[in-house]
Amino acid sequence: MRLLIKNGRVLDPTLGLDLIADVYIVDGKIEGVEENISVSADRILDAHGLWVLPGLVDIHVHLREPGEEWKEDIESGTRAALHGGVLRVACMPNTKPPVDTPEVCSAIIAKAKEKGYVPVYPIACITKGQAGKELTEFGRLKLAGAVALSDDGKWVQDSEVMRKALLYAKSFDLPIISHPEDQALSFGGQVNLGKLSAKLGLKGVPFTAETVAVVRDLLLAKETKGKLHLAHLSVKENLPFLRWAKEEGVNFTAETCPHYFHLTEWECDGYNTLAKVNPPLRTEDDVLAIKQAIKEGLIEVIASDHAPHSPLEKDVEFELASPGMIGLEFLLPLSSSLVREGLISPLKLLELLITNPAKVIGIEPPSLRKGEKAKIVLFDPEEEYLVTEDFIQSKSKNTPFLGKTIKGRVKKVILEDKVYEF
Amino acid sequence: MKHLLDIESLSKEDIEHYLNLADNLKEILYRPIPKVPTLRGKLVLLLFYEPSTRTKFSFERACKILSAEVMSFQTKGSSLEKGETLLDTVKNLKTLGVNLIVIRHNLSGTPHFLARNLSVPVVNAGDGTHEHPTQALLDLLTVRQKLGTLYDLKVAIIGDIKHSRVAHSDILAFQKMGSTVYVSGPAHLLPTPAEEEFFCLKPKAFKVCYNLATAIESADVVIALRVQKERHETPLIPGYNEYHLTFGLAPKHLDLIKEGALLMHPGPINWGVELHPELEKYPFQVILDQVENGVAVRMAVLLTLLTGA
Repeated sequence: MRLLIKNGRVLDPTLGLDLIADVYIVDGKIEGVEENISVSADRILDAHGLWVLPGLVDIHVHLREPGEEWKEDIESGTRAALHGGVLRVACMPNTKPPVDTPEVCSAIIAKAKEKGYVPVYPIACITKGQAGKELTEFGRLKLAGAVALSDDGKWVQDSEVMRKALLYAKSFDLPIISHPEDQALSFGGQVNLGKLSAKLGLKGVPFTAETVAVVRDLLLAKETKGKLHLAHLSVKENLPFLRWAKEEGVNFTAETCPHYFHLTEWECDGYNTLAKVNPPLRTEDDVLAIKQAIKEGLIEVIASDHAPHSPLEKDVEFELASPGMIGLEFLLPLSSSLVREGLISPLKLLELLITNPAKVIGIEPPSLRKGEKAKIVLFDPEEEYLVTEDFIQSKSKNTPFLGKTIKGRVKKVILEDKVYEF
Repeated sequence: MKHLLDIESLSKEDIEHYLNLADNLKEILYRPIPKVPTLRGKLVLLLFYEPSTRTKFSFERACKILSAEVMSFQTKGSSLEKGETLLDTVKNLKTLGVNLIVIRHNLSGTPHFLARNLSVPVVNAGDGTHEHPTQALLDLLTVRQKLGTLYDLKVAIIGDIKHSRVAHSDILAFQKMGSTVYVSGPAHLLPTPAEEEFFCLKPKAFKVCYNLATAIESADVVIALRVQKERHETPLIPGYNEYHLTFGLAPKHLDLIKEGALLMHPGPINWGVELHPELEKYPFQVILDQVENGVAVRMAVLLTLLTGA
């Protein structure tokens, strides 16, 4: 089977390619990327006006399996990933049971091999039962396939436990992914602390809940020289501390999610539980600061924090609703706004979505290099469309973008010799 | 008007409508047989998920005077204890022919949640730390009756502002009517600067004071609040003696306020904490007038939402 993708804007952040060219694929492998390839092919795809890129790597995904399969499972979650052009998924360990043993880790990998549309890389817990006290067996977890460690959803509140984790993880060259939220400061918080929390009479989460945690973890990473990844940053006050850590050469990367540079706290007005998320949506100033951090290279990864919930968890009183929103299918479309706004180049954007996240979890950064298995996304950065429940392939439909028009659409995904059209 | 969910979404005209109607209806309370047939055949559901004395009986009294049927709901002994969700409970109760729901709930926004999911009018009788709109309306009515106006008054609200839904409704209500609101209390129970921005409807109409005397100086109305101990996840008041000494209203404060200024409290009162017991004898203390006006205001609300009056 010979496949030829014609006239697309080929963007490969790993190789640093940005050119109008053709991509030639033979028997599921990339044969060449060149201008005007003239060969005979079994199928020709016209990619005029489209971006042609290696698939995204999303390192912040909740697949909910095992334990909460009514919200999502490995099959539906990876199908949603495919639909969003995310061709490698690292899943968070707060399943039921959590991924704190090699057995759970292996089970996820086995299930993904059987049912998954795209490869799944499990992230294991830092501490047993995510309880923040005793470290898990990092070594055996790595052998079972874990690519990183995180108690996502919970910050490791005890500084000495976190310090030990950063040190011990060095033995196995695993990154520690922090969910920076001082839970003493955020306790009971529902939305950002400010005008909206006053209006709704809900307990607010102050920016300090995040920044105190960010600063502590940066200091511990500086001291231990461990590898730290800071998940889903949302507040402006982090910026000077991230700059400081860069200057000091701290071994860290920072991440944000599209909702933190698209939406503000006002999305929750009227007690809209679809916009309830942790950390909470913040203010216009924070949105601008997160964009600034991306532009400055302080934030180097964009991930979805795909967090599916069913109406059982969302169609309830605001304070009882679970936090989180789905995101796999909107990661590339929503992130592409950064290019349209002129903030960063397409190639830079794809570094944040492909090369850098791959480096964080220590996998080979995807590229269109000759001889690689073809895992390619065709993306129209200009197409506008309404987000409907029918569009969403995830089992859960919980997103504040439902009913909104967004720009940027994944048109086709090539997985070796299979072509998925959307 | 379809629901009464909060003061925030009401205009000055909406508020005046309720006050005028309540003033007109109040006369019924003094009749030898205080009952009119206006709401005969209507069924009102009182859903109280939190303890209440004044508000619940006041709504019940208002229903009975207007000849509406009342069903009340106890959280103890209901299906709630069997794990039924609020939405399911209400959908089920609605099939019994309920025409209006009055709800008090410990979670903010619950009345809004019901209003979004049901087609019957919903009245907020206090939701979490959000709002208590009928309390604000009866406070306005009491002040208007006693002082003749709601314009250009200085209103001081003292106490646990952060956790008080009454304070939140009153802060907005008095400003909407053209008055200025000063709040004071322990600093960690006052709005933060970002929250202050929401509460201030126009420049200089709202002020947060760390000093009690500044807040009540030359005030026309002083509203004392109860410390909302049950809403504090951890103890927030280091000591109630200190609270009374620093933030409690005492006879010595009467020199600071305007002559004839009203002293109010939404109840229940903890005498000796937020109010010195001697203040019960203060001639312009109108706490029981507030309770009486509560019935009139709730009659006005029921009538408006059930008949479009």
